Amino acid sequence: MTTTASLPVGQQLEVGDIVASDASLRRFLHGLPGVDQVGAEARVATLSTRSIKTTAKAWAIDLAISMIDLTTLEGQDTPGKVRALCAKALRPDPADQSTPRVAAICVYPDMVPVAAHELAGSGVHVASVATAFPSGRAALPVKLADTRDAVAAGADEIDMVIDRGAFLSGRYLEVFEEIAAVRQAAGDAHLKVILETGELVTYDNVRRASWLAMLAGGDFIKTSTGKISPAATLPVTLVMLEAVRDFRDTMGRQVGVKPAGGIRTTKDAIKYLVLVNETVGDDWLDPDWFRFGASSLLNDLLMQRTKLTTGRYSGPDYFTLD
Amino acid sequence: MTGKKFEYAPAPESRAIVDLKPSYGLFINGEFVDPADGRAFKTISPATEEVLAEVSEAGKADVDRAVQAARKAYDRVWSKMPARERGKYLYRIARILQERARELAVLESLDNGKPIRESRDVDIPLVAAWFFYYAGWADKLDHAGFGPSPRPLGVAGQVIPWNFPLLMLSWKIAPALAAGNTIVLKPAETTPLTALLFAEICQQAGLPPGVVNIVTGAGETGRALVEHPDVDKVAFTGSTEVGKMIARSTAGSDKKVTLELGGKAANIVFDDAPVDQAVEGIVNGIFFNQGHVCCAGSRLLVQESVYDEVLASLKRRLGTLRVGDPLDKNTDIGAINSAEQLARIRELSAVGEAEGAERWAPPCDLPDKGFWFAPTLFTGVSQAHRIAREEIFGPVLSVLTFRTPQEAVEKANNTPYGLSAGVWTDKGSRILWMAGQLRAGVVWANTFNRFDPASPFGGYKESGYGREGGRHGLEAYLDV
Amino acid sequence: MSDRIPVRKTYKLYIGGKFPRSESGRTYEVTDRKGTFLANAALGSRKDARDAVVAARKAFPGWSAATAYNRGQVLYRVAELLEGRRAQFVDEVVAGEGLSARKAEAVIDETIDRWVWYAGWSDKIAAIHGSSNPVAGPYFDFSVPEPTGVVAVLAPQGSSLLGLVSVIAPAVVTGSTVVVLASEQAPLPAISLSEVLATSDVPAGVVNLLTGRTAEIAPWLASHMDVNAIDLTGAPEQALELEVASADNLKRVLRPDAARDADWTITPGLERLLAYLETKTVWHPIGV
Repeated sequence: MTTTASLPVGQQLEVGDIVASDASLRRFLHGLPGVDQVGAEARVATLSTRSIKTTAKAWAIDLAISMIDLTTLEGQDTPGKVRALCAKALRPDPADQSTPRVAAICVYPDMVPVAAHELAGSGVHVASVATAFPSGRAALPVKLADTRDAVAAGADEIDMVIDRGAFLSGRYLEVFEEIAAVRQAAGDAHLKVILETGELVTYDNVRRASWLAMLAGGDFIKTSTGKISPAATLPVTLVMLEAVRDFRDTMGRQVGVKPAGGIRTTKDAIKYLVLVNETVGDDWLDPDWFRFGASSLLNDLLMQRTKLTTGRYSGPDYFTLD
Repeated sequence: MTGKKFEYAPAPESRAIVDLKPSYGLFINGEFVDPADGRAFKTISPATEEVLAEVSEAGKADVDRAVQAARKAYDRVWSKMPARERGKYLYRIARILQERARELAVLESLDNGKPIRESRDVDIPLVAAWFFYYAGWADKLDHAGFGPSPRPLGVAGQVIPWNFPLLMLSWKIAPALAAGNTIVLKPAETTPLTALLFAEICQQAGLPPGVVNIVTGAGETGRALVEHPDVDKVAFTGSTEVGKMIARSTAGSDKKVTLELGGKAANIVFDDAPVDQAVEGIVNGIFFNQGHVCCAGSRLLVQESVYDEVLASLKRRLGTLRVGDPLDKNTDIGAINSAEQLARIRELSAVGEAEGAERWAPPCDLPDKGFWFAPTLFTGVSQAHRIAREEIFGPVLSVLTFRTPQEAVEKANNTPYGLSAGVWTDKGSRILWMAGQLRAGVVWANTFNRFDPASPFGGYKESGYGREGGRHGLEAYLDV
Repeated sequence: MSDRIPVRKTYKLYIGGKFPRSESGRTYEVTDRKGTFLANAALGSRKDARDAVVAARKAFPGWSAATAYNRGQVLYRVAELLEGRRAQFVDEVVAGEGLSARKAEAVIDETIDRWVWYAGWSDKIAAIHGSSNPVAGPYFDFSVPEPTGVVAVLAPQGSSLLGLVSVIAPAVVTGSTVVVLASEQAPLPAISLSEVLATSDVPAGVVNLLTGRTAEIAPWLASHMDVNAIDLTGAPEQALELEVASADNLKRVLRPDAARDADWTITPGLERLLAYLETKTVWHPIGV
């Protein structure tokens, strides 16, 4: 059993061979190197002690703002709420025009038309969750229809959920085929594949699910729906970053990473950026390749940004609540 | 892999918290005194070569005075004090160490050159933990498994190295005091300052005079201490060469001796290892504390079937190591402790090249002043190379390969040392088999360089004898 | 009827389970306390010591890897065999140590009981001297005692059987292998013991027995780089120089102790067991 435990360096694998059968896919995924929980968490703990100050901090805050998928995924969402959020996406800090825009707005499919209208021509992307988000417990045709509907309404990014039930019961090919089908249904839209790592529980599962999603054609792998606790964590993101790094080395295609849920403070966001910097480096330090799924994070970044530019501490009343 | 986009701005820890005196005396009988012949030496910051302070050099007469003070304190105070009171002094010291942790960390990094991240997050917390742990043993010795009412030995002469100055002090002083001994300790000549600050902490804790004495100096001071006829116990951490000299000079005496010496640990990576964590473990194994670690994983043994992959990951990871100002909170690798040590690392690295091994180091800007050495690895190393046999005690890794578990064990054990070893594999039964086969005092499986006061540490063969840490660590300071 | 002429025996060394003559070809006369000839014993040389160390090293992996239960059984079997040879040992102790038959009987009793006492430690010492260490982190951390390797034993000069057994048994019971240098003046009980061992289940090379001049052979054992530990009990006058030589490879040294070594009938403590044990600590992360 030595052939599958490691990834060949610089040797291109064929996806077709890997997914030829349930057995070959399982052999491949279970042959990926294991993840030692304690070691992975220790690595993150060390990186979390990085001290990012002054110019580095200012740079990181602006980058973090530009990486946000500003999100509202509530049953109580209305067109008014979404319009307000779009305004915030375009002008995060009305008092400071140098503030970068966020990367995208992330909404439910029925809100896509509103967002698409508000953001038209701005360069801010419209992301829509789809595939019976957040549980994914619907028949495949429903999921595909959900996806096509969102794209037709103007979404250029689709955030799908994988079938965690199928994954956990070892039906990997089923999960693969579903992602591939959604990939096709999404057309030109970027596909972000939500692993819902809080339900996968182990880092070994996170690594396998990451590869599964990438093999099936995902453009991004995303940690969480935000509806399950724990949502994004640093160690989970580390494992996913290692996966996209190794995937590019072996398959030759770059895939983005999006931690989502639970990232609320500038301090948190900077820890993620340090993790990106020291795990995969420059190529992923870009909104095209790394995103934050967040809502309240933006205001904290703006407050810290103001502190750096004005030299005094700001307060929540000086930032818009949308 | 650390990119160019995200440059971390300097994040220096402030030195202001450290109040250095221009000169320090010897700490004898509870107070700082001048040495009999007034000799002194300077201690510098290895990162800048800046002189930090002038420190007294204890001669034979000074050592004798310190041993006498320790003897008196033993006879009159410490051996008569109820054990629980003794324990409370140790608890007090532990608390003060925690309260002054930042100050100690900064001073340690200044004097030693190690990154503040390590002195702050590893050394000093462990120092306090060591005192807390052994404080609790003081009044429980009857239950330590050495028979009823085990007796202390008397006066302990302790000589410690420069790689973990305060941590090694705590490994020596905490169990010795808990067991009821009094102490004369000599810190290393290049790193005396935290020991002198510890002397102040003893004063602050109200420790009775003479229970702990600190004599600074170099090899001659250490020799005078070890050979002093009224010393009952000798504890030494340092090189195997000096360890053997001590074993000879204490031969035929009644002195109890424990030695914690050199190593040339194998860090063994199997093809089913959790590769990313293994790479972290390799890096932590050899580059932690600039490789100035007796149990460093200085020989990497990689299974041939994953050699390319592991080496590629390792090189990529080495490229992210941040070498520089020890006081910068983002520094991973600090300064080499002394010009002498740097010369030795350079010499052995040159030998490695001359013997045909391939040298590699990531691009790395080193400061102009001070003593620096880039993290380096050698590939194409065989067991016959000097860099695979001799302890380099620096950030230099020798990479070897193996094909079967038996071969890994053979190569790992093929050394006169036997301090530590690492094993990386996801297979549980193999871990336990390897752990049984490796002739080393500490086996880290799927981790490396972990230390804890509850965990016995020490070597086989020429890595020394005796254990530090845990219940086992008490034995070195009890008459059993 | 004339007295029968007894068959005199020339004793040999015991190395690697065989009984070779000394490579030097030398022998020496062993007499009783009154000077009466008892036997010829091999006058071992440094090369015999070297061969014995090689045999002990070769036996170490197997013996140390045997289960503790197995080692205990094997050693208990030795006690059974000793019991069967009581008469011979009594005679030899009477002759060699000048004891009365009654006192020699008591020594043999104690010898066999001592062997049984140590045999029982095989599967208990780890419970006493090992530990599970509660470290402050997500790691399982445990310490186990392991045998140090090859132990050179300079057996006590006076107590030729009880003393001998008291210094061999604690080394081998935990898995070390030994090269033992018998009492110079009274080596016959040691030689008989080696004959017992040869017919027992103790694997070849676990105990290797040399006879000869302590002053001549001991320095070679003390300076031998493949010996892990040395018991200097049988050479108190030479102890200083032997300990100095032992530092060359940092042997674990058991120093002579006049008070301790004066009376072998006292039930020993753990000192000799622990002297030949290393402590190995193993760490492993705890995670899913």
